Amino acid sequence: MISARKLVFAGAALVAVAALAGCGENEQVIVYQQGKYQGKPDTRPWENDPGAGLYTTSKWTKGDKSSWEAALRSRNQNQNEYARVE
Amino acid sequence: MARMKFLCDAERCIECNGCVTACKQENEVPWGVNRRRVVTLNDGVPGEKSISVACMHCSDAPCMAVCPVDVFYRTEEGVVLHDKDLCIGCGYCFYACPFGAPQFPQAGAFGMRGKMDKCTFCAGGPEKDNSKEEFAKYGSNRLAQGKLPACAEMCSTKALLGGDGDVIADIFRARALKRGKGAEVWGWGTAYGKPDNPRQQAPKGAKS
Repeated sequence: MISARKLVFAGAALVAVAALAGCGENEQVIVYQQGKYQGKPDTRPWENDPGAGLYTTSKWTKGDKSSWEAALRSRNQNQNEYARVE
Repeated sequence: MARMKFLCDAERCIECNGCVTACKQENEVPWGVNRRRVVTLNDGVPGEKSISVACMHCSDAPCMAVCPVDVFYRTEEGVVLHDKDLCIGCGYCFYACPFGAPQFPQAGAFGMRGKMDKCTFCAGGPEKDNSKEEFAKYGSNRLAQGKLPACAEMCSTKALLGGDGDVIADIFRARALKRGKGAEVWGWGTAYGKPDNPRQQAPKGAKS
């Protein structure tokens, strides 16, 4: 026989669970169905030979993404006048 | 991984439209198409604010979501590009974009819409890099030359920053910490440096 006390505890636990359910973090941003790209494939910038372009100034190793990123990162600092002046 | 982004500092932008001109010149953008433009709030009122706006290369781009012919793709470095060969000029992307980035060349007697044109973050498009075909359709491919977008690189006040999101956020953070915020960034001292003798009184009748 289940005592009244246990029933009260069980009921309170159920109410607590129901109340906590309202605190859940549900995804509120619509997840768009991304279309499948239908166009031509594109080459990646670091796959170019840095010496091939007439106006290329940065140096990186052909095919090496991290060296291309490093070249761009150092070029980015040209936009930081605090780093240029001080 | 690099995530290419633009960031415009409204405290610094002086509405010179140099970025607009640089973009036009670099990419030989046709008449009537503006890949980048400067928007000013409270124009003419002291405290007016300007920002330079173009494609923001969204991480979850609405233009990609609505395009009926799926011409958009996002490169590994986070740039949203499109294939003009497939574009049907329907204009859905223009309605979806919160920034008005997609532009349509209008030619002919009935104002027909041409193929969509937008900021490419100076990354060209799906043609051979730095080829004539790529330049004719999409403009310059500066990323393949190890450069950053022309608009950001030539901005005279360095209001417009462009590049890896983390790097430009660091530059902007350092700047904001140095100069302060709100009213602190206004005035003579900010523009021309602090005076040698701050207690010195201005001569009578002098204008600040």
